[in-house]
Amino acid sequence: MIDVCELSKRFGKTVAVDGLTFTVKPGQVTGFLGPNGAGKSTTMRMILGLDAPTAGAVTIDGRAYRSLRQPLHEVGAVLEVRAVHGGRSAYNHLLCLAQSNSIGRRRVEEVLDIVGLRDVARRRVGRFSLGMSQRLGIAAALLGDPPILLCDEPVNGLDPDGILWIRTLLRDLAAEGRTVFVSSHLMSEMALTADHLIVIGRGKLLADASTTEFIRTSSHDYITVRAANPLALAELLRRAGATVHDEPDGDQPALRVAGLGGTAIGDLAAQHGIPVYELTPHQASLEAAYMQLTHDHRDFAAKSEEHVQ
Amino acid sequence: MSTEMNLLQSEWTKLRSVRSTYWTAAVATLASIGYGIGICARTAYNINHGHQDPHGLDATLTSLNGLYIAQVAVGILGVLTISSEYGTGMIRATLCAVPQRRTMLAAKGAVFALATLIGGEILSFTAFGIGQALLASAHVGVSLHDPGALRATIGGGLYLTAVGLLGFGIGALLRHTAGALSAFFAVLFALTAITDLLPTNWRNVVINYLPANAGNQIFNVLRPHDALGPWAGLSVLCLYALAAIIPAALLIERRDA
Repeated sequence: MIDVCELSKRFGKTVAVDGLTFTVKPGQVTGFLGPNGAGKSTTMRMILGLDAPTAGAVTIDGRAYRSLRQPLHEVGAVLEVRAVHGGRSAYNHLLCLAQSNSIGRRRVEEVLDIVGLRDVARRRVGRFSLGMSQRLGIAAALLGDPPILLCDEPVNGLDPDGILWIRTLLRDLAAEGRTVFVSSHLMSEMALTADHLIVIGRGKLLADASTTEFIRTSSHDYITVRAANPLALAELLRRAGATVHDEPDGDQPALRVAGLGGTAIGDLAAQHGIPVYELTPHQASLEAAYMQLTHDHRDFAAKSEEHVQ
Repeated sequence: MSTEMNLLQSEWTKLRSVRSTYWTAAVATLASIGYGIGICARTAYNINHGHQDPHGLDATLTSLNGLYIAQVAVGILGVLTISSEYGTGMIRATLCAVPQRRTMLAAKGAVFALATLIGGEILSFTAFGIGQALLASAHVGVSLHDPGALRATIGGGLYLTAVGLLGFGIGALLRHTAGALSAFFAVLFALTAITDLLPTNWRNVVINYLPANAGNQIFNVLRPHDALGPWAGLSVLCLYALAAIIPAALLIERRDA
């Protein structure tokens, strides 16, 4: 269990994290979502005692991280890629971390097997691909067989195989009853991995809900309508209580209608003799919900969109 | 095994598993022994051929002259031992594993100091042994039983350790490899040039308190009359190292990693 309470972090004049309060519970994957620059990594670093909060507190099962002795047995963390000395072999990297927490060589061999790096264990880490580096990070996090796992952007830059592997691993670890907290700016990935979502933007909490609840409440279904006389139909639909906009997507002019079902729209058009060519219902995706929620809360919007691609 | 022993073991694994350790050890070995052989052979040749007056020769110091070069390698290793953790990001993994930062710094410093001390003593005694054998051909060699020789030879290893810890302290304080190396060289060498700006009578006093001049008295047998004594000089060098290590140890708990 991770308890974040009124947590704030200021770097000079920049407020990176602004009064965050949430709890991460065991037995499920909790996604930590937000655009780049939203404060996810800073929050993760404060949870791990690497950065000191400007205000507020974080506790791990009731205790501050900095007060834990041999914390690898309690919390495993996958930090941003390459928090390793590139000149060291994978085996020695894991060994020095293991020794500092009284973990034996046998466990080092075990985690190398779990992440599939045994064959390259004696190679220098600097030569590792991004995927291998991520696996090494996960191996380090698993050394102490901890009940709590934190992963900062674990799928960044991975190929589909690697992403699937991490997703399965995280879900399995949560199913064993562990607390799994995963940050990402990739909505689609979190939709597949997380049971619960904590969404932040510009350091502030935007949502703290189960993934299904988040989709249901944060976004609205709508229907794309293409008709012979869109202006007249739009007027009729508005009078019937619908919200009508021009459809921004697609190559032919159309209406985006929310608040009225497909049957009602069709009936209304028929009554007024307007031919309808298309009625396409759209289900809200997590992506859309996320976009809508964070729309006003992004830093460096252009930059983060580049990353989303 | 106690937690502290495990921590020392972990830092030893770190030190022995990167190439920079072996490179700097190789350079220190080549410098202290290779250079020592060269200078002792030349001195013996010059004396045998009447080019040099053996009177007033500090035979011990002559054989330990390579330590002046070896100190550079040891100091660089001291800097890198800690600054490379910050440079590579390894420090975050380290501090996640050992959030008791001052304890981690102490363990890292202790392992580095012990490794340097053992290595330094081996180099110092080897350089003395080979150097004196060469000087003996000109009948100017001394033995460890001669006055000051044993102290100076033990002192050679102590000096390298103290210089290494100065580098370590500066590395821990500045956390940035290039900056820390520059600062290390500035403290060890550039300060001497700066003292030339002082009035001469001040300069002549201050110069004895600069880290290298003070510290290397420990492996001088024939001491210039105004220089610090061997142990006082070594203590002054240690104070420089502490002046870097103490603020680093105070700051490490407060700084974001």
